[in-house]
This record gives sequence, structure tokens and C-alpha cells, in this order.
Amino acid sequence: MKKLHWDSFADWVNGTTPEPECPPLPELPKKRKPRRTRPQDPAHRIRIFSRLYRVIALAVCLCVVSVLLYTLFQLPLFGAPDNPAVNEVSRRYVEQGLSETGAVNMVTGMILDYRAFDTFGESSVLFLAVACVMMLLLRDQNNTTPADIRQLQRERAAEPSCCDPILQKVVAVVFPCILLFGIYVVLNGHLSPGGGFAGGAMMGAGLILYSAAYGMDAASRFFSQKHFRILTTSALLCYALSKAYSFFTGANDLPSCISLGCPGAIFSSGLILVLNICVGLIVACTMYGFYILFTKGEF
Amino acid sequence: MLPFYHNIPFFCIFLCMIGGIIMPLHKNGRHALRMTEVICFVVCALFAALCLFLTHLGECFSYQMGHFPAPWGNELFVGPMDAMLCALFALVLGLSLLGGTNGMQSDILPQKQTFYCTMMCMTLASLLALTTTNDLFTGYVFMEISTLAACAIVMARDTGPMIAATIRYLILSLLGSGLFLIALAMLYCITGHLLMPQLLQHVLRLHESGVYHVPLTVICGLMALGLGIKSSMFPFYAWLPPAHGGATTGASAVLSGLVLKGYLVFLIRIFYRVFSLPVVHSLHVTDVLLVFGIAGMLAGSVMALREGHSKRMLAYSSVAQIGYIFMGLGLGTDAGVMAAVFQILAHAVTKPLLFLCVGRLSELRHHEKRFDRLRGAAHEDKLAGIGFTVGALSMVGIPLLTGFTAKLFFADASMGGRGRMWAVLLALALSSVLNACYYIPALLALWAKPEGRKPGASLPSSRGFTAAAAVLTACVVLLGTASIPLVRIIQWELSML
Amino acid sequence: MELLEKILSLRFEIAAFLLFGIGFIHLLVEKNLIKKIIAFNVMDSSVFLFLASQGYIAGRAAPIITDGITDAARYINPVPAGLVLTGIVVSVSISAFFLALTQRFYHRYHTVDFDEIMILAQEKDVD
Repeated sequence: MKKLHWDSFADWVNGTTPEPECPPLPELPKKRKPRRTRPQDPAHRIRIFSRLYRVIALAVCLCVVSVLLYTLFQLPLFGAPDNPAVNEVSRRYVEQGLSETGAVNMVTGMILDYRAFDTFGESSVLFLAVACVMMLLLRDQNNTTPADIRQLQRERAAEPSCCDPILQKVVAVVFPCILLFGIYVVLNGHLSPGGGFAGGAMMGAGLILYSAAYGMDAASRFFSQKHFRILTTSALLCYALSKAYSFFTGANDLPSCISLGCPGAIFSSGLILVLNICVGLIVACTMYGFYILFTKGEF
Repeated sequence: MLPFYHNIPFFCIFLCMIGGIIMPLHKNGRHALRMTEVICFVVCALFAALCLFLTHLGECFSYQMGHFPAPWGNELFVGPMDAMLCALFALVLGLSLLGGTNGMQSDILPQKQTFYCTMMCMTLASLLALTTTNDLFTGYVFMEISTLAACAIVMARDTGPMIAATIRYLILSLLGSGLFLIALAMLYCITGHLLMPQLLQHVLRLHESGVYHVPLTVICGLMALGLGIKSSMFPFYAWLPPAHGGATTGASAVLSGLVLKGYLVFLIRIFYRVFSLPVVHSLHVTDVLLVFGIAGMLAGSVMALREGHSKRMLAYSSVAQIGYIFMGLGLGTDAGVMAAVFQILAHAVTKPLLFLCVGRLSELRHHEKRFDRLRGAAHEDKLAGIGFTVGALSMVGIPLLTGFTAKLFFADASMGGRGRMWAVLLALALSSVLNACYYIPALLALWAKPEGRKPGASLPSSRGFTAAAAVLTACVVLLGTASIPLVRIIQWELSML
Repeated sequence: MELLEKILSLRFEIAAFLLFGIGFIHLLVEKNLIKKIIAFNVMDSSVFLFLASQGYIAGRAAPIITDGITDAARYINPVPAGLVLTGIVVSVSISAFFLALTQRFYHRYHTVDFDEIMILAQEKDVD
């Protein structure tokens, strides 16, 4: 193929490529390749490609599912107490978790103390997601036209008048309760079901409700973008530093100056309480941040 | 009390993550970029020192993350090869940022540059964690961090087609993670562990006794498939060229040179530390990888041959180079994996060099990216031209350059593999010819006489680019000529694992 | 009969894998980006269902210590619960990112049809 087109190839290298034989199609002037001409319509090619792609995807999917189902019948039984997964690892989490981490809720003890590095990674994923969303949706010249800004200003001007009084009254009662319950769940993360993630989501939902009822401006009076950035960053930083301290002392076998306290009390289980508060703040900020960014693109 | 150098991996991972967390607080993208570069070079220096220590002492160590020992808490496991890979990753990331400074400033809005730096820090953290983790689930979490950060640096150059490319990238990455997670869940279900040494014990026992033979095969296959999709193994490479070819220069260099490698290093760790290579070989997963690898080598090159867009051509060439790595893994021997690791090193320095040079040349030509518009551009910036030439010749496989050495190791590893030998040798020869078919015309075009052309934008020479291109070119030559100590390190650790 | 019993006892896992297949295929072939996101969530949730079912042990309580009894034979396995929690957070983050991408998309092309967008993207600006 190279040999046949040698002359045109040499011309191309020398920069004296003759004009292609057929005149360029008006709708795709840039699609022309230097060495080959493609008369086909790209839309048509994509359509053929996507049809082929569907068939292949279906075949792959059926293969994967049937293989998985076949494998399933060789796996251990559901709910049996002598499954391989029930071994010394889970036994120690349950039997010594209370004395080693101070947490009554074993799952919290496991994710925030035994396997805390995973959970730190997971909080970073949340932080990364909010950074990505800010990168995409914070208003800038790429994603906003003057028309959008005018529309936004109109909406803002109309906001105070169109707020629903019933909603506002209900929110005035419900909002403190939601926030309080969220804080309760966060603080009791090591004692009862829930924890930083669940409680944080509740607080975030409360904030979203407030801003939906009273308008964005009311919410951004006490929660601006600056607050948002500082709160998220400092909560995650606090998480990272306290975990770094605990990893460092743990690995180097240094004495750690954090006592586990009396199991069952609020102020117990060492760092877990601090970590739960950090996680709760991160999650609440993230949820509210997603809402604000998706609706408005700015704080 | 541990020796102090055992803390280096933990310290570096936290340094990168904390750096990434505080990066959005910077007012100015330039400061954030400088800080990211400093972090990269500090990490590189620390890991290089660690590599020297470990090689000197002949030691691999595991580092307990927290107060609880192995089957209960998370762990890192580091040997000299891992330290070397980490040092190289950090060095190349720093150099890519340094060389891509101009590109970043012209392609990314000023208020979004700090986020871009966050993503770069997190990418480095995830690469370090994937290379050093001793825990499968930590690996999964950091794979997701890597995915999110990589998608974000693709779409940092904020145009419509880039968002389309990001979505395709994200969809296939999600598919890969889904498959990996389901394999992880099944593995947990039959062994009850998540840490690699314990998994290895159980897998060896299960393999010997023959129970759970089918689940083991499926798990190993799904893990290879999931990580393969994420690192653009042959039939799943369609997402790569638009994403890597369209991103800003530094981002393309990092994505092609490093992000793909993180998943591959993790796959190698899984093969060695969870399944052990003989088991993987007897489950026939390696055979499939060999076929896909060879197919990828040829398909990537053929697609590159048809491509006139310079960066997309380099992206297709990455598909071909990833094919080499899968071929090495597919041989199922220590020598094959050694060649694959060397190829990871070689490609991690060569491809960023090529991307940076092409990015620089296209900046000189008003951001034109097609080779027919870049004709003669090498005369306008000689260093970029020389860098591209060295990189391209290394990819083709000219002796003394790293690409040649890698191909030599692949050929060497295939010896004694009976039927495989001819397949591998033939694939190597064919792929070298194909590489030459697209890199040589590109070189000729870049060095053609620039007659009758208006001079391009007279950009001031960029010091960052000069330093990056010079160091990467030196790396390409050094890895090609002085490969013996590195190979010793790799062989030693692979025999220890 | 034995097979039927086995199927019945494995009902959660079977449902999980079927859902996985449904999510998988729709993530790949669905044109509408919002439906792709839903499919992704179905796929991930199915993996969580599978994982959660691995932690269950018949007749035991949730792993929160009650009455100070720390006997392993009383509680279910806490590990899968922790893994699911981590997985859910990852999946929420990725959904948010995906939705933001979709919003930008819609803003630019006024459609959420991915095939159409690809054609548009190819025609409008190649680089």
C-alpha cells in the first residue's frame, strides 16, 4: 500500500501535495486526512459503528452474566455460619473491637480504625468529586452566556416574592430538627447505627431544604463559597492529619497519647469521634455544594 | 522502632494527598503548579533514596497503616522495584507539568488551574498507592481516585469534544471498576481476606485442593479484564485516542505515560502477590492476555498509521505499547513480566517526551495539530525536534534507545516458550515495521525544509520545557544504555515476591 | 428439586448478578446520558447487594454490640458492610461527576442523546 502511493507520499513529505481529486465536501472541511480521502459521511459511519457496537455489547454482557451465574452455583452457600468469609478477621473485629477501638458500632470501628486508610481514600473521592463538579459547573466564560446571566438575575429578582409561605413556615419548624438529628447521628456514630456519612447526608439535606424554601441568597448569607472551601478543606485536612498521626504512631510502635475512654460514652473511642465529625462536615458540605452548583453554578 | 526509611512511602502518599487537598486554596494557578512540581520532585527524591537503600540492603518490607497487624489493618508493601517505579512516576509527572506549563495556561481557565493541580496531586497519590498497596480494597479505592482525577484532567481543557471524550472515558472506566469490584467481592467470599499475603495463602491452598476452580478462574479473568479495560487493552481501546489526543499537553503526557501504568503495575502485583504467576498461568488467563496483547500491538499501530492528527497518532501508539506490556504478562514467565515492567519504565519516559515535544511544536504553529500543518516545525525549536526524534526512534526500536532495549527483553523472554516464541518474535518484527511506517514519515514531515512558509508565532523559549525535554531525552538514552542495574532490581524483586 | 432449592437459597446473589447484567448492558448501549447514569447506579447497587448478602449469617444480629455481649457467634460479619459503605460513597461521587458532565453537555448541545452529541462533536470542531 505504501509502495503504490510512493509518489504521493514523497510529495506529501516534500510539502507539495497536489489538491485532492474531488473537491472538499462543504459540510466536513476539516475531516480530510492527508494520506487518505474518506468520502463517507461521518454521521453515517458513526451510525453503523453504533449498531455494531450494540450487538457486540449485548454479546459481551450475556457472556459475563452467564459466566457469573454459572460461577455463583459453585460459591459458598448464602447465610451459612461456616462460610470462608467468617474467619479470624471478622471474629476479631467483633470480639475485640470494643476493647481495641472503643466503638460499640463494629462497622464504624472497622472502617475508621482497623481499615482507616480505605476510608480516608473514600473521603478523598468525595472531595475529588466536588472539585470536579466545581471545575465543570462554577460559572466561567466557557459555560455561561450573557443570556444565562440575565436569566439568573431575573430569577434572583423574582425569588423573594415567589417563595411559598407554607413551605417557609414548615421549614422553620423542620430545619432545626433535621440539623439536630444529623448532628446527633454524627456524634453517636460510634455508639449506634449511622455515623459521619449518614449524619452528614442528613445535615446536607437540611441545608438544601432551607435554601429551597428561603432562596439561595438567604442560604449564601451564612454559607458562602469561601466558607464552603475553608470548611471542606479544613475538615479533610484535620481528618488527614489525625489519621497520619495514628498511622505513624501505629507503624512505628510509638505510644499514642489518645485514650479510648469509657466504651459507650459520647466522648470515647479516641479518634473515631473526631473522624466522624470531620466526615460529617465533609459530607454535609459536599451534598449542599452539589445542589448549589447544579442549580446555580455559584455560591 | 522501625528504620526511618520505612516511613517514606506512607509519608509520600500523605504528602501528595494533603497537597491535593490544600491546592484549591491557592489564589493563583501558577503558585499551585509550582507547589505541585515541588511535591513531585520531593517524592521522586525520597523514593529514589528508598530504592537505593533497599537495593543496598536487599530488603522488601511491609508497613502497617495503623495500630493493627496484617489480616486486620491496611498495609503497604514496598520493594526496590516499587520504589523505583514510584520515583520514576513522580519524576515524569513533575517534568510533564513543567513542560506543559504553557499549554496549561493557554488551555485552562485561570480560576480552574488550581483544581487541575489538585487532580495532578491526587493522580500521583493514587499511582503511589496502587504501586505500594498490600490490600486489594485499598487498591480499588485508589483506582477510583485515579479514574476521577484522570477524567478531570481530560476535561480540564473545556471544549465540547473533550467533554464527549471524557464521558466515553468515564463509561468504560466505570465498567472496568464494576467488573473489578465484583471479582473482589467473589474473592472475599471464597477466602475471607482482603490483604494480599493472606489471599495468596488461601488461593494456593484452594488451587491445590481443586475446590472453587471455576470461581478462581473467573475472578482472575475478571480482575485482568477490569484493569485491562482501564488501561486500554486491545478490544477496549476506543476511549483512549479522543481522551489522550485532545487533552492539554501536560495532561496527555501524564495520562498516556503514567495513569495507564498505575493499573498495570497493580495488575502485576495482583498476579504475583494474590494469585502467584504459576497459578495465573495454569488458569490460562495469561494465554488470553497474550492474544489480546499481540492484537493490540498490531491494531494500535494500524490505527496510528491512518491518523494524521499528531496527538491522536501518539495516543494510538500508546495502545500499541500497552499491547507490548500485555504480551509480556501473557508469556507467564518471570522473564516476560520483567520485560513488561521494563516496558512500563520505557514507555513512561518516552511517551511524555513525545507529547511534550509535539505540544511545543504545535504551540509554535498556532496550535495546529495535524502533521501536514506542522511540516518543518522542528526547525523553529531545535530541542523539541531533537526530543521528538529521539522519542520516535526509541519507539521504532533503534539500538541504544530504551524502546530497543525493551524489545530485546521481550524477544529474550519469548525464548524457550516453544510455540509462543514465533508468535512473539513475529509480532515484534511486524510491530516494529509498522511503528517505523508512521514515525518515520512524521519525522520527515517535522524536519522538512520550511520553504515559503510564514514563520510561526515567535514564542519565547520556555525554560520549563527545555529542562523537561532535556531530562526526558537523557532518561530515554540512559534507560536504553544503562539498563542492567534496573533490570537487576526488577529481577530481584520479582524473584522475592 | 435440589437445583431448585439451591436457586432459592441463592436468590439474592442471582438477583444481584441479573441486575448487574441489566446495568452493564444499559450503561453501554443506552443513548440517553441520564439513563446511562441510572444504569451505572443499578450496576453498582447490584454489586453492593452481592457484597451485603455475603455478610449475612442466618439468625444473627447487626454488628452493634448490645448488652455488652462480644460473642462472635451473635453478630453477622461486619466486613462487607464496611466495604459497601465505601463503595456507596464512591458511586455517589461518580454519579455527581457524571451528572455534572451531562449538564455541561446539555448546556452546550441542547440534547442528552450521546450518539447525536458524538456526531455533532465530530462535525463542529475536530481538535
